[in-house]
Amino acid sequence: MPEMTLIDAVRMAMDEEMARDPNVFIVGEDVGVRGGVFRATVGLFDKYGPERVIDSPLAELSIVGVGIGAALYGMRPICEIQFADFIYPAFNQIVSEAAKMCYRSNGDWTVPMVIRAPYGGGIGGGLYHSQSVEAFFTHVPGLKVVIPSNPYDAKGLLKSAVRDPNPVMFFEPKKGYRLIRGEVPEGEYTVPIGPAQVTRAGADVSVFAYGMMHHYTLQAAEKLAAEGVDVEVVDLRTLYPVDRETILASVRKTGKALIVHEDNLTGGYGAEIAATIAEHAFQDLDAPVRRLAGPDVPGVPFSHPLQDWFMPNPDKIAAALRELAAF
Amino acid sequence: MPTKVIMPQLGESVVEGTVTQWLRQEGETIQEFESLLEVNTDKVDSEIPSPAGGTLLKILVPAGTTVRAGTILAWIGQPGEVLPEGEGPQSAHAAEPAAEAAAPAAPPPTLAPAAGRDRDLGFISPVVARLAREQGVDLTLVKGTGEGGRITKKDVLAFLAAPPPAQAEPLAWETPGEGDLFRPTELMFAAGAPPSAAPTPPKAVPTPPPAPPAPAAQPGDRLVPLDTLRKSIAAHMVMSKHTSPHVTTVMEANLQRVTAHREAHKAAFARDGVNLTYTAYWISALVAALKAVPLVNSSWTEEGILIHSAINIGMATSLGTDGLIVPVIKHADGLSLLGLARSINDLAERARARRLQPDEVKGGTCTITNHGTSGSLFATPIINQPQCAILGVGAIQKRPVVIEDAIAIRPMVYLSLTFDHRILDGAAADQFLSTVVHTLQDWS
Repeated sequence: MPEMTLIDAVRMAMDEEMARDPNVFIVGEDVGVRGGVFRATVGLFDKYGPERVIDSPLAELSIVGVGIGAALYGMRPICEIQFADFIYPAFNQIVSEAAKMCYRSNGDWTVPMVIRAPYGGGIGGGLYHSQSVEAFFTHVPGLKVVIPSNPYDAKGLLKSAVRDPNPVMFFEPKKGYRLIRGEVPEGEYTVPIGPAQVTRAGADVSVFAYGMMHHYTLQAAEKLAAEGVDVEVVDLRTLYPVDRETILASVRKTGKALIVHEDNLTGGYGAEIAATIAEHAFQDLDAPVRRLAGPDVPGVPFSHPLQDWFMPNPDKIAAALRELAAF
Repeated sequence: MPTKVIMPQLGESVVEGTVTQWLRQEGETIQEFESLLEVNTDKVDSEIPSPAGGTLLKILVPAGTTVRAGTILAWIGQPGEVLPEGEGPQSAHAAEPAAEAAAPAAPPPTLAPAAGRDRDLGFISPVVARLAREQGVDLTLVKGTGEGGRITKKDVLAFLAAPPPAQAEPLAWETPGEGDLFRPTELMFAAGAPPSAAPTPPKAVPTPPPAPPAPAAQPGDRLVPLDTLRKSIAAHMVMSKHTSPHVTTVMEANLQRVTAHREAHKAAFARDGVNLTYTAYWISALVAALKAVPLVNSSWTEEGILIHSAINIGMATSLGTDGLIVPVIKHADGLSLLGLARSINDLAERARARRLQPDEVKGGTCTITNHGTSGSLFATPIINQPQCAILGVGAIQKRPVVIEDAIAIRPMVYLSLTFDHRILDGAAADQFLSTVVHTLQDWS
């Protein structure tokens, strides 16, 4: 089984889906001739031609609007938003059109569309190339929100997303594009949208994370293991609909919960997990539910020391875990 | 002048109670009649309302302690008020001189006070509170290893997992002369042992036979700790089987007339706010049989067979996986079918809501268990001591039966009567059970 990077797995998923189904096509900025600014689509233009790998104008509104229209005609568009930071012009199309289509047509029309967008900081990208936008979309019923944390899941989940009859927001941790490597089988397999995964079983503290933060959490858990603290790590993988059973089962076991994301703290996705735990596992809690998140400032700073101050990392996660374990 | 909070007498025959939980801590304010603490007697939990409004000045009896009715549990008053001296937790209420005089000279064995028993427990997390409540753990005995000495979930689990020394000792009957009866009290009730819900003086009961060796735990096995109710059920079941020679006899009854009667009257009962269940018919028939054969409404004593004048029917009520409880319908012979049905509805509902009064699970003279509700055809129930018999009712099934050489389909039920063979012989028991059967078959 070949070992590859997360972005190679994303490309492999798209390649296999395009080969499988002629209705699958890609639209986005620089996805064609250039092969994508992160090289996610490199080679696909040559293989499938300009009609299936479409270079769009710099207008996210139209990328998603075109995707919705094509999807209603029975196509399976994969829209690439070059950076998640650029998604806001398309917000109306996503939230008011794509998300509501199935509901408002009573199931007669659906939008089988995937919107891929690299998200997250820690790459020196500054305010407009570092944002985490997942919480805007987990608030919207009608969208599915998926964030893989490793190459295997990236391929399996993206293939599931392409085949899903309704719109899927597929956010990729760009810091991990080439940093996170793993074994990925060639050929057909999918990872279902929905279930979370316990990636490290432990007895003392549960951590809920996704994307890059999940990768860091595993590193922090290793540090804590050396100190005698047994950390359970849960990779949420799908943020909406979220896998409550796995979350609650983990909290019922450990009695302590930490949620990690790099998006801002207030109104961030961790609040939803914390509330779910408080509502359904209150009597199993042995400590206050804790969130480790980006601070409430308007953007991820460009200055490196300030970027480090902003971003959760394995050391910060380990420190939060130590506090919870000692509580 | 501060007001006393005393351990109430929660039933005619209930002389002591265990404080299971204080709902207010010292220094907190409370309104008159607001729930102040929870008390457990036998199987029943009761909330005790505050006798006055004010501040909870002093708790004299910590949670987990069993005291006699009349004992002062706490003081309520205004902050800064001086408490009367010399009225410690063991001083009985003035209105209870008889109870005080009758108290045994030696107080019942209590747990040796652990070091730091009165220490501030610190923050109690939700899971620790829940575990302590479910497992009956006195948190003052648990060593805290969390931040600032806080008691963590792990501390409680470790406390529950570590068997108290008394239980780890060889069983008394295996080492005659060195058993529990011969060991100093302080060893039997060593510090650190979790409290039982209501410590009682050692009983002079016949030594039970040796238990089979405990199975060795295999990897992946899970130990479910025993709660108070489970322990109580287990002790009663073993005691009953050791006490009475159990014999079970089974008959069947044709419920054609009962089902017709129920169909005809269900709506009318519902208008009176009563759900007419089959249980009302079973109990009605049981009462009729107890009147016809009073010997069954009795208890064995060494002096003779004590035949009870009152007919009080215990009604085994399942609490799901939590166990079962037997509320008692007092003077069931004085109730009409409507009265029985209403009483059954009320007791069953409150049993499931854990809202029974302590007296309502006492004084039964005969018991019924409706195992048919879970599909059982017939069973051999265990006698609810110190009664003589228990009637088991199976599932109602339509079956082909032979009536006057014709095959007919009738709603049938198996009735099983387990009786104490010391009191009853087979013929008398069968006479009794056939009275139940005929009452049901000839229902009018």
